[in-house]
Amino acid sequence: MKKLLLAAAAVAALNVSSTSLRAAEHEAHPPKEDWSFNGVLGEFDREQVQRGFQVYKEICSACHSLNYVAFRNLETLGYSEAQIKTLAATYDIDDGPNDQGEMFKRKGKASDRFPHPFPNEQAARLANNGALPPDLSLMTKAREGGPDYVYHLMLGYEDAPAGFHLLEGLSYNKYFPGNQIGMPKQISDGVVTFADGSPNDAAHIAKDVTAFLHWAAEPKLEARHSTGLRVTLYALLFAVLAFFYKRRLWKNIPH
Amino acid sequence: MNTEKSTIRKIYEWHEARLPIVSWLDHSLGTKYPVPRNLNYWWNFGSLAMFMLAVMIFSGIFLAMNYTPHVTMAFDSVERIMRDVNYGWLIRYMHANGASFFFIVVYIHILRGMYYGSYKAPREVLWWIGLLIYLAMMATGFLGYVLPWGQMSFWGATVITNLFSAIPLVGDSIVTLLWGGFSVDNPTLNRFFSLHYLLPFVIVGLVFLHIWALHVPGANNPLGIDAAPADKIPFFPYYVAKDVFGLAVFVVIYFAVVFWAPNLLGDPVNYVKANPLVTPAHIVPEWYYLPFYTILKAIPNKLLGVIAMFGSILIMFALPWLDTSRVRSASFRPVFRVFFWIFVANALMLGWCGAQLPEGLPVILGRIGAFWYFFHLVILLPMLGWLETPKPLPTSISQSVLKAAE
Repeated sequence: MKKLLLAAAAVAALNVSSTSLRAAEHEAHPPKEDWSFNGVLGEFDREQVQRGFQVYKEICSACHSLNYVAFRNLETLGYSEAQIKTLAATYDIDDGPNDQGEMFKRKGKASDRFPHPFPNEQAARLANNGALPPDLSLMTKAREGGPDYVYHLMLGYEDAPAGFHLLEGLSYNKYFPGNQIGMPKQISDGVVTFADGSPNDAAHIAKDVTAFLHWAAEPKLEARHSTGLRVTLYALLFAVLAFFYKRRLWKNIPH
Repeated sequence: MNTEKSTIRKIYEWHEARLPIVSWLDHSLGTKYPVPRNLNYWWNFGSLAMFMLAVMIFSGIFLAMNYTPHVTMAFDSVERIMRDVNYGWLIRYMHANGASFFFIVVYIHILRGMYYGSYKAPREVLWWIGLLIYLAMMATGFLGYVLPWGQMSFWGATVITNLFSAIPLVGDSIVTLLWGGFSVDNPTLNRFFSLHYLLPFVIVGLVFLHIWALHVPGANNPLGIDAAPADKIPFFPYYVAKDVFGLAVFVVIYFAVVFWAPNLLGDPVNYVKANPLVTPAHIVPEWYYLPFYTILKAIPNKLLGVIAMFGSILIMFALPWLDTSRVRSASFRPVFRVFFWIFVANALMLGWCGAQLPEGLPVILGRIGAFWYFFHLVILLPMLGWLETPKPLPTSISQSVLKAAE
């Protein structure tokens, strides 16, 4: 195993061969989307992210974990403490051991993280044709292209072009590296119905859930933008004052 | 007039007689440190580098309070910093991007020294200490990049530590020592964390030596000629004011990246937890190593590649003697000036090649660039010194300054 790893690393570093890397050139480049969280003061669209959370709950969470997000974090999306407690209580959480040394199930609390859909990696692979559904907490930061890639990936399922050798159990996706993805198409028109009557065609559903995932990956984005604007304006003002001070000081110094 | 000394003055004089620290500071960076009056804004980058070192140490100390150097917890502890620690996201983004900006500043500082011949006599030791700082920064940056224990942390560590296995006879033993075992694992992470905390303070010590070595001959200047006492002005307040202005402008740019593009310079794969069983499709080091990574890759023999890579930095220690010209500043060396900018463009191209998949054009350009890097330093520089006719030098800084003012 060790030798194999070293060999793999050496190959990658010293480029003895790179045939396996060539596949990376066939994927389509995901176009840029207009997101509410882009821009100098970009913020999450609360309603959109709430809808996206519903999509995650009803579709993605069947296979994908959300390890780094706790129920309490949902408060920033506009849910009340009572709503969060009620929601958390609908989940069964493994806890223990108790006084008898037994593990037990209890109702979820606001401080719990979202529970894993599978007990372990092997169970997850068994249920998914050998593929491991990745954790989604950081997904929009963990892929080249970010939210644009994640959004287009969910809509990028197509029939494989003629002559393309698609392995058994995999799907063709024009944005996925290598074009063969373990996840079958999940998002299509009407798979989710939103309580507020928002459009639920595939594009809107994918957009909403991507916004939710970006909130999950970058929960401090809004604080970052607003703090950033204040700090940067302060520094700019300071730079202007420093410039005039410097100029006055140097006025009579030929240099 | 009251000739009676104030109490504060008395305490100050009592203390200065025992430890003259205020006088020492005044001589180091104050009113008693004379600096040529004609320094341009390229001379701001030394103090900017010192500022970045301070930012890195302070943000790093607070990160270390919340970070856990264990393979099962390191990645999670970084995410806890990002999500649950008060302003943890700010501290981490300042630190992660701070490394990049530290390198940007230091690269400009080094190139300024190369353009204006600041490495030439009598500043050779100053140049050497600067190179030692740079080497310590490279090591610190590499060690620090491993700590979040993402995919690129793990695989970067595997690839880079494996370079030492190219050393004949003892190579494998050195790699085992670096790893603390037979693969990159928990002992590796622990020692990397320890060393990542140690090396910045080594850099602080080297910075003291660097500034000491600077004060012996005094600062070089854009004309590259020795400055007469009349051509100098005190560091405080003149250059302090200029450095503060430069710092404010720099900080605006640094903050723009920290607050609006904090992951721009990072690799997305490092947001995936390290997995020894899955190799990323394309292992790339951080951008500031890329030119050297290309030199490593340009030579299809591992040992020779490693020698070329380390040699490309070590050869810089000989720069004061490779450059045979007596004229310091490129302003008076018309041919050298052209080749200097070709050297800079070549270094940028080497960096670009380092980030590409190793096939086709980047491989060819990488080899040409690696050749040119050494050709410039070993062949061109000595030749230029002998063949080039420099422009006449001004007799003094004031002569040049007053002429420009007319």
